[in-house]
This record gives sequence, C-alpha cells and structure tokens, in this order.
Amino acid sequence: MKEKGGKGTFLILEILSPAVAFLLALAMGAVLILSLAENPLHVYNVMFRGGLGSIDGLGYVFFSATPLILTGLAVAFAFRAGLFNIGGEGQLYMGAFFCAWIGFTFPSMPSTLMVPLCILFAALGGAIWGLVPGVLKARFGVHEVINTIMLNFVAMLTTNFLVNHVYKEPGQMIPQTKEIATTAWIPRMAPLLQRLHIQLPTSNPLNYSLLLALMIAALAWLLLFKTRLGYEIRAVGLSHKAAEYGGIKVGATMVLSMVISGSMAGLVGVNEVLGYRHRFLDGFSTGLGFTGIAVALLGRNHPLGVVLAAVLFGILNTGALEVDIFTDIPRELVMVLQAVIIICVVVGDQVFRRWVSRRLPLQPHAGFFH
Amino acid sequence: MRCRAIFACIFLVLLLSVLSCGQRDKEARQDLLKVGLVFDVGGKGDKSFNDAAYRGVSQAAAEFPLEFVEFEPGQDADRESGLRKLARGGYDLVIGVGFLFTDAINKVAQDFPDVHFACVDYDLKAGLEIPVNLVALKFREEEGSFLVGALAAMKSNTKTVGFVGGMDIPLIHKFEAGYRYGVQIEDPTVRVLVNYAGATGKAFDDPVKGKELALSQFNKGADIIFQAAGTTGLGVKEAALEKGGMVIWVDSNGNYLAPGTILTSMIKKVDVAVYETIASVVKERFQGGVREFGLKEDGVGYVVDEHNQGLISQVMIDRLEELKAKIIEGQIVVPSH
Repeated sequence: MKEKGGKGTFLILEILSPAVAFLLALAMGAVLILSLAENPLHVYNVMFRGGLGSIDGLGYVFFSATPLILTGLAVAFAFRAGLFNIGGEGQLYMGAFFCAWIGFTFPSMPSTLMVPLCILFAALGGAIWGLVPGVLKARFGVHEVINTIMLNFVAMLTTNFLVNHVYKEPGQMIPQTKEIATTAWIPRMAPLLQRLHIQLPTSNPLNYSLLLALMIAALAWLLLFKTRLGYEIRAVGLSHKAAEYGGIKVGATMVLSMVISGSMAGLVGVNEVLGYRHRFLDGFSTGLGFTGIAVALLGRNHPLGVVLAAVLFGILNTGALEVDIFTDIPRELVMVLQAVIIICVVVGDQVFRRWVSRRLPLQPHAGFFH
Repeated sequence: MRCRAIFACIFLVLLLSVLSCGQRDKEARQDLLKVGLVFDVGGKGDKSFNDAAYRGVSQAAAEFPLEFVEFEPGQDADRESGLRKLARGGYDLVIGVGFLFTDAINKVAQDFPDVHFACVDYDLKAGLEIPVNLVALKFREEEGSFLVGALAAMKSNTKTVGFVGGMDIPLIHKFEAGYRYGVQIEDPTVRVLVNYAGATGKAFDDPVKGKELALSQFNKGADIIFQAAGTTGLGVKEAALEKGGMVIWVDSNGNYLAPGTILTSMIKKVDVAVYETIASVVKERFQGGVREFGLKEDGVGYVVDEHNQGLISQVMIDRLEELKAKIIEGQIVVPSH
C-alpha cells in the first residue's frame, strides 16, 4: 500500500488526518464549553498549561503516558495480527500483582536481581492472561473479544480477593498489599534530571519506567517491521487464509502475538508498583487497558504513533485535573473531549481519506486494520 | 468543499471564543482565604459523608470572606497531585475528606509547611507522624452508633435488627461495634444481622448492592437497619420503602429523605469539624495534631426533628439521654471494634 501515490504523501496523510481530527474535536469541545457559559480559550488555556506549562506538569504528562504507551502497544500489536485484545485491563492487573508479589515475598534479594525479576514477572502475568484467549482463539476458534473481556473480570476480582483477604496488612484500611522491598523500587527521574539542570521537583512521580515503555515501543517496532516473525504476524493480520497458504502457522502466530501483547500490558505494573506506589492497590487502573484501545486507534497501530497518542492522552489527563480544580467545567467534560477526539479520528479519518484519494491517485485503503 | 466548510466552522468557533474572552475571568481577590476541598469516593451528592463536608465549607463561606474550590479525584494518583496543585496554587487550607487521603496528605503537608491541611477520618494506624500544619479530624462513631443501636433495640418488633456497612474496614467496624453494644445493653435478646457491601472503595458507591443486602436482611426478619455505607445507603432506603422496614441514616441528617421510614440519623458532624477548622484558620488559631469528636464534644449524635418525632416517644428519648450522659461521664465505655 505504500508504493503508489508516493511514500511522502502517504506519511503526510498519516500525520495530517489525526491532527485535523484533533482540531475538529477541540472545536466541538469549544461548543460544549460555550454552552456551559465558560470561555473555551480560558478552559483550553488552563488545560494545556496544566500539562505543558511547567516542567512539573510535563513530568505528570509522561508519568500518565507511561502506562498508556504500554496498553496502547498491547492493543496495537494484537491488531496487527488481526486480533482485538480488549483484555489489557485484566492483563495489567495480573502483571502488576505478579510484580508486587515478587517484590514483597523475597525482600532479601539484591536489587540487581530483584528489579529484573519483578519486571519479568510483570510481563509473565500479562503474558499468561494473553495466552489463554490466544490459545482459545487459535485452537477452538472462540472469539478473543469475549474471552478477553471475561478474563478482565477474572483478573480484577482475583486480585481483589488476594489483596483484601490474603495480602492486606492487618488493620490497614486502604485495600492494598504490604509494601514491596525497597530493593525493588524503580527510582524517580527527578534527581538525575535536576543534575542535568531540568528542574523537575522531587515530588514528581515520573520514574524510569518511562524508559522501559519507550524501549518496549522500539522493540515492538523492530519486531513488527524488521523480523520474519513480524512479517508473519502482519501477514496473518491482513489475511490469515493467504498467510496459511503462504506457509505461515496461523494458530501459533496468533497465540504468540497475544502472549506478546499481554506481556506489554502486564508491564504497566512496573510503573505502578515498582515506580510509584510500591504496593499493589486494588482497582488502581481505572480503565488504562481500555484507554489503550483509544491510544492504539489514535496512534494508527504504529509504535511511534502509539507513543505520540499516549503523550497526548497524558496531556489531556493532566489537564483534566487542572480544569476540574481551577474552572467551573467538570472533569467529565474532559473525558467527553477525549471521546470526541476518538470519534473524530475514526470518522474524520475515513472522510479525510476519501477526500484526498479523490484528488490523489492513492490505492484504496484497508483502514485501521492494515 | 466540505473540508473548507469544516475549517470555516473551526475558525468561527475560535472567533467566538476570542470574542467571549475576558467576559468572566476568575480573578482571585487577595484578601480572601482560599480553601480547597477534595472529596472521597462517592463524591458530592451522597447525602451523607461527603455532603456533610461540603456543608461545612458552604457554611463557613457564608460567614467568612473565603473562596473555595472542590473536586473529586478521578484516579488514585490524582489524590496526591490534586492536593499538591491546591497547595501550590496559593490555597491557605486544603482539606482531604476521607481516610484514603492519609498517606498523600501527610506527604504533601510536609512539602508545604506554610499551608494548612486537614484530613477527615485520618488513619492513625498508618503510623505516620502528623506534621504541625496538619490536623487529623477523628470521630468516635461508636458512641453515636451505640445510641442508635439502643434505640433500634427499643423500637424493634421482630427482635431482629440489621447493619449494612460500606467497606469492610476498621473505620466502619467502629459503627458496627457501637451499634451492637447499644443493642446488647438495651435488650440482649435482640439479634443483629451484619453485612458489608464489599472490600473496596466501590462499596461506598454501590446502591444496587445496598438494596440487595437490605432486602435479604428484611427477609430474614429484621425491621430496622442501620446503614453506614455512603451512597450505598440510598439502596438500603429503597429496600426499606419497598418492604415497609425502617432505616437509620448515617453521617448527615437524612430524616427528611423518607419521613416515616428513616427512624433517625446517626450524625457525624463532619460539617462542624470542617467549619471549625476553617474558622480556626480565619482566626489564626489553627492547631495541628489529632482532634477527636465524640458525644462529649457534640461531634456525633442522633436527631429528632419534625420528620421523625412521631416515631420516637418521649420515653425513648429520656432513655437515650440517660445513656448519653453515662457515656459522657465514662460510666459506659463503648468498644470501637
């Protein structure tokens, strides 16, 4: 699809279309804000100043983007294999719990062993929760959407039970496990950045998990576009019958991509448990796995796009709090704005594409699942 | 063409925004005391705990020159960053409503020694040292619960009463323990049924579950249920209306919600605590540390007003006042767990 019409034009289209959609969403949001008798410029000013107006705000943007990069990648990766992984939520709970369990069960392990092991188990927890629907899909043809949704509940309620009835400290009111060993903590980025004369306050929760997330994004890109496995995954995604005809083991590829997808979501636990709270808090996620779907969609299922989309959501999340506190607009409106952006991207994408393809001799396009 | 129309729309909206600019800008006046209020799970509109805190701020705002903002954190990390934003935004007093703020408010209070902080239901068990600019507002809920327990025992015809708690935690166990003890002291033959809505924060925000639990207790023969469950309690009220049972409301005065069905309210004067904290900052008499509110301090109690006076006889009131006096004198010590 990239040969005709020129790669350059195609790339511009890829970037321009979400950008136009974003502006359109802002305009629609402005109408909403006006209807609440607030000044849209003022609200947008507060919103974007919250995330972009200070180093501290930027720290929060990236802190908030870290888990979204991972869940976005998880969804995008499975998309590439033609699978719709709605199970990010469950996968990240399992990953986070595995991660925390290692952290508080083996307190005497040295840090050099502890941190990698915790990260590994976070990925493992997610991977298992991706493996199950993967196998069910490949072996028995059960639709992955149903399985992943159901497994979300299983994961949430299992961890809920484990936290509240097994691993909660006696007398503790907050539904969380005991603290993980300090050797498992991933340090915050503020001290290093301060030495580099970037004045990020020490209170900022941004930690090195961000680098892990970015590394995973780079690896996902390498895997998808520079390896044979990636080629096979994309081939299965485009047409599994054709892929099978070409000699690709469709079932195994599907299972493997669900496992990889799940392990990416599982790594969210690293940011939450090792980097921020140092405990597993029951119900900590509030829909990160589902937001990942939107992130993947906005990022056009490309690792780089996912990273950018996650940062945009980070800006919106950080701004939402600011808008909630400092204007009369309720935080729900910012969520409405996020939803409007997604709808604009999906609808606007098709409209914009048709408009362009009528003028440019581009090949017809498969849409998001390409 | 279509595209041009879209751009024209965007332009028009932006133009409108520019034109409406400056019409209403929130300019903070210098002389105003700035108070920030951060809600617990369930948020404003729960008709009990959070609303009580909101009433306290509103009442203070009516009397003192103050400007206040309130918000409900969307996710866990927002608790700390929200408190921090308020502290940095020039707020003089930042109030966290609910024990979930314990860790976060302690940390933020240390980082902003010039800002006053207050935390309702601060969890002392967390074992953190309380900074001088933080006041922990604690209540002896068991004492008020004791009185409504005694009342329930007097009033029950079926010799069975119920308790529906929100989250299954020590804080709510205090309500249960007091209530049980009150029932037992008044009439040891009365049975107490106990259920909790869950083990997570959602347990305070789940009216459907509340109704379910209440219905099952009514079916088991209870005729009066004491609910200590935040928004979940609205479901308990629904069940009582359906089954013709009675409910004891909690935290705020809820007698007006369903006259004839709400027997009384075990009020926890979060509003008074919040109001007094604000007043102490206004009068520059703020003191950090733990402040406890029990029967003696008039921080908890039961309510008799025009909505429920037909349900409670003078004999009952006399007995309750007698018990109350005994608690205040220390003759009765109500267990808290």
